[in-house]
Amino acid sequence: MGMTMTQKILAAHAGLDSVKAGQLIMADLDMVLANDITAPVAIKEFEKAGATCVRCKDKISLVMDHFTPNKDIKAACQVKLTREFAQKQGIEHFYDVGQMGIEHALLPEQGLVGAGDCVIGADSHTCTYGALGAFSTGVGSTDMAAGMIGQKCWFKVPAAIRFVLHGKLPRFVTGKDLILHIIGMIGVDGALYRSMEFTGDGVKSLSMDDRFTVCNMAIEAGAKNGIFPVDELTLDYLKGRFKREIRIFEADEDAEYERTVEIDLSSLRPTVAFPHLPENTRTEWEEIPVQQAVIGSCTNGRISDLCQAAEILKGRKVHKNVRCIVIPATQEVYLQAMKEGLLEIFIKAGAIVSTPTCGPCLGGHMGILADGERCVSTTNRNFVGRMGHITSEIYLASPYVAAASAVTGKLSLPEEVI
Amino acid sequence: MNVKGTVHKYGNDVDTDVIIPARYLNTSSEEELAAHCMEDIDKDFVRTVKKGDIIVAQDNFGCGSSREHAPIAIKASGVSLVIANTFARIFYRNSINIGLPILECPEAVANISDGDVVSCDLSAGVIVNETTGKSFRAEPFPAFIQNIIDAGGLMKSLAQK
Repeated sequence: MGMTMTQKILAAHAGLDSVKAGQLIMADLDMVLANDITAPVAIKEFEKAGATCVRCKDKISLVMDHFTPNKDIKAACQVKLTREFAQKQGIEHFYDVGQMGIEHALLPEQGLVGAGDCVIGADSHTCTYGALGAFSTGVGSTDMAAGMIGQKCWFKVPAAIRFVLHGKLPRFVTGKDLILHIIGMIGVDGALYRSMEFTGDGVKSLSMDDRFTVCNMAIEAGAKNGIFPVDELTLDYLKGRFKREIRIFEADEDAEYERTVEIDLSSLRPTVAFPHLPENTRTEWEEIPVQQAVIGSCTNGRISDLCQAAEILKGRKVHKNVRCIVIPATQEVYLQAMKEGLLEIFIKAGAIVSTPTCGPCLGGHMGILADGERCVSTTNRNFVGRMGHITSEIYLASPYVAAASAVTGKLSLPEEVI
Repeated sequence: MNVKGTVHKYGNDVDTDVIIPARYLNTSSEEELAAHCMEDIDKDFVRTVKKGDIIVAQDNFGCGSSREHAPIAIKASGVSLVIANTFARIFYRNSINIGLPILECPEAVANISDGDVVSCDLSAGVIVNETTGKSFRAEPFPAFIQNIIDAGGLMKSLAQK
């Protein structure tokens, strides 16, 4: 029996010739990650186990991105605790305000994760790095603590669903629309415990940023991980960033998939997930006024996302009833946006540009919603109360749709403004 | 281990944002987290929950964020067991790791109502609806997982060794 791409990476990290779905394995980890919310709990667990030092201080990343720049005293204390732990343990990849970016944009950009890696992170969107041909998955703080202690984690080898992509996305349709389309089709538990493996001739037409967005939201279908094959585009991205050895794994011809889904990329339309689940997707709607637009996050805060938003906002004005908040995901993205003139476009349009932070995505700070308010957002979750008051509503969309809606003051397609 | 309590019943896709909203994640204090448990889905939960109570829910319980604060808040609020048709994978793992008993049993979920009194022998996986007299069998955890839960979580179980 052949193996999927995910199974091959797991087998290699467990020192086994082959693995099969359902098998329990112990695997070596190339990177373990936590943020300012999950690290304090992991540190507490680390101490509970009686551990005194981490195993590999260069394979741990601690990124202070969720409630930073510190939103209140308690958040500041959590970052302080993590900072002191990082200093005491000599953890190399500790990112505080000034260097930090949103973790799942930052780690690939800094070359800390790459093809063939096995990665865990105490953040559910750790599955993002599958875009680079890595196995990466979200875990809790205890697993993260165990990872710091032993640089290993146990896994149940996942079965897989294969998504065969054909053709090319039309103008104004992005990776975000593709993954929302998929979640709408299979549901928020449609890939529960499974891998989502993307393949087909359509893969080459997707940019790296599109692939990051797609893998980022695999968890929104309940998946353990999402993964793309490694191609020229991946290798170009890794070149000059990723210092470790690139390991390319390919699914066997006879790999077993529970299900295969064929998708014609050219047939997709801009897709929006309505409240209060990412599976409530629609491509048509009646008039829906919005009061806020958020463009950023680990899902859509990369440079091409900002370029798409700028394409819409250039020479236009944000509607007087809308607060438009743009959040470059990292300092590098921020700098590039500045050099390319995007920041000027945003500010002239009446949007604000924030320092990198997860902020509003999880209702932390920088754009909390009042009762009954609606937000069109390029983030990843639209659960009840996610961005503020429990009667507020979040509409998940691409940067094109979010920017177009910011201009019109209602949920809009890019074609309505361009 | 045996548990018994009154049931708080919920539907599909109860996410970790409603179990413990992110606005309270600026602390890892178990008591503070418990004080806001289930707040955005059931504002009466914190007022009515008693030690030993049981949460019963349908599909995909605990979906969304990886925050371990979610099972911690449930456990610290006094809940002795969560029964669901299915659990989201990170929540499932986190619950075991922090020592919150969970069982998958669609038959029990279909035959337990809000407010029923339910007991369970965790090591045998036998669930009894004391209100209706019906009993159900869930797949119990293997001994090594049960030991982690009994010790109060993975790290405590490692420290005991």
